[in-house]
Amino acid sequence: MNASHDNVYDALGESDHEGRWAYGAGFDETVVEVTAPAPEGVDRADLAAYCLMLADDALVASQRLSEWATHAPELEEEVALANIALDLLGQARVLLSRAGHLGAAERFRTPGLAAGLSDEDVLAYFRDDRSFRNVTLAEMDLGDFGRTMAWILVYSSWRLALMTTLRGSADPVLAAVAGKAVPELAYQREYAAGWVVRLGDGTAESHARMQAGLDDVWPFVTELFLAHPVETRLVEAGVAVDPASLQAAVDADLAQVLPVATLTEPTRPAVGLVGGRGGRDGVHTEALGKVLAVMQSLARAHPDATW
Amino acid sequence: MDRDEQQLAEAFDATVAAEGRIEPRDWMPEGYRKTLIRQIAQHAHSEIIGMQPEGNWILRAPSLRRKAILLAKVQDEAGHGLYLYSATETLGVDRTELTEKLIDSKQKYSSIFNYPTLTYADIGVIGWLVDGAAICNQVPLCRSSYGPYARAMVRICKEESFHQRQGFELLMTLMAGTDAQREMVQDAVNRWWWPSLMMFGPADGDSPNTQQSMAWRIKRHTNDELRQRYVDMTVPQAAALGVTLPDPELRWNDERQAHDFGDIDWNEFTAVVKGAGPCNAQRLAHRRAAHEGGQWVRDAASAYAAKQAERATRRQEGEVAVA
Repeated sequence: MNASHDNVYDALGESDHEGRWAYGAGFDETVVEVTAPAPEGVDRADLAAYCLMLADDALVASQRLSEWATHAPELEEEVALANIALDLLGQARVLLSRAGHLGAAERFRTPGLAAGLSDEDVLAYFRDDRSFRNVTLAEMDLGDFGRTMAWILVYSSWRLALMTTLRGSADPVLAAVAGKAVPELAYQREYAAGWVVRLGDGTAESHARMQAGLDDVWPFVTELFLAHPVETRLVEAGVAVDPASLQAAVDADLAQVLPVATLTEPTRPAVGLVGGRGGRDGVHTEALGKVLAVMQSLARAHPDATW
Repeated sequence: MDRDEQQLAEAFDATVAAEGRIEPRDWMPEGYRKTLIRQIAQHAHSEIIGMQPEGNWILRAPSLRRKAILLAKVQDEAGHGLYLYSATETLGVDRTELTEKLIDSKQKYSSIFNYPTLTYADIGVIGWLVDGAAICNQVPLCRSSYGPYARAMVRICKEESFHQRQGFELLMTLMAGTDAQREMVQDAVNRWWWPSLMMFGPADGDSPNTQQSMAWRIKRHTNDELRQRYVDMTVPQAAALGVTLPDPELRWNDERQAHDFGDIDWNEFTAVVKGAGPCNAQRLAHRRAAHEGGQWVRDAASAYAAKQAERATRRQEGEVAVA
């Protein structure tokens, strides 16, 4: 055998640039140090809680999108859905680490837990659903491809508007996360809008399924624009974005896409809150407990381990 | 064969013998085209079916870093499938046709993916052993005589080698972890070692197509040569990890300057190839369900594209009428 050509590693030809070969898995590419000091006069617990809200929105959504892996209707969609899940996971990881730096992980570090566990993993794997702060849209069952596309369209339109404003946050970490997230979310919105139009204006079956998918997502939209007291306080401090201010952008996106897709705006009522409390307060739908049961099962079976 | 064809065949043989590349528009013997389609399609199918055993753990990955790595890896495999199906399209078949052959069991995929992934250590072992074996098989194909295949393989091999190192890194972490994690690794190695040796195919004496494929430079080494290289490469890695390869006959042979190893269970190999492995039915049913479940989406995309084309034509006609 000709060793010069066939050495399994030498024959790869070019020196490797590891980061290129697993797009989105770049765990060291933090945009700014999560240890940056909190802006002066801002309550650390409030800032940590806000980071958790934005982190959990992304983490739970990423977990839901990952359910599509190996099930997508076409290979191109397999790649695209994984991309979106990876982008959101990346956003979640920095935000969880920031929340951890601000002290959010400490009360979940119980005695049996491995000392080497990172804050992001303590927060992702050793919190129960009542401590998750995501909006309930993030945890809903994504159903078929039509519902998933309606869901990505609404979610990315909302989060894009949020991150666009958050680029001006007084917190340097939030501003940096937002700066990186904006182009990612713009791609996600464009991807979903393309499919909403194709399915809405495709066949009779796809039109019906697309409309049904949009109808299913609709009850979770109202909650996106409700402000939690933590958000209200941080808006005043120039750190957070007022959720109510995002509705116009989402409405404008939908007003552009739905007519082209020959879809009608749903009329279903919003999902009710429990005593005025929703996802931001840790009061979720029944779906989240099951999502977390799967996600956390292995980590919790080995609390003394790191991976 | 008429005189023109004779000349074309001679030119083809000369190009191949001189290590030149055959490109899609070049003349090629029908047998060469068919063999390539079969080989590349089988490779593409392996990438796509191979997403399933790893996909089994994405939702349960035990840290967010491991989840990102695994999700990106499974995504890379979908990308590999795409390049390879594209390479077959240059030979005159299309992806839909090949996908249907796969789900109708008319074309094969690598038998290794018919084994189950039972613990997270399997993710590391697949990276280390299965991707390692795939690299041994595939690196020589970067010099395949068929241009589009060779070029696809260059990129695929780079990504595979990255995956292999990620798998090895996971195993190193687990071996430095708790007793339960170390046991998990040894158990996974025990289950995957022999199937990984089977990835190189039947022994040379039982591999009827090898000689023609080597003459055509679409296969560069025999199955047994590649298997030996894989064993020699893997033994020191196993020692570095601190795991035992489950073969009492595995030892260095100073005379051959290579490792001797035990007999492969060819009955098991044949059974899995013929569909009687632990997960054959499950893997195909999963692929079929995804394909059939996505039919309405693909139909909608085609219907929408047709409508758009019709609208564009009408607009053009309108413009002509106005002019």
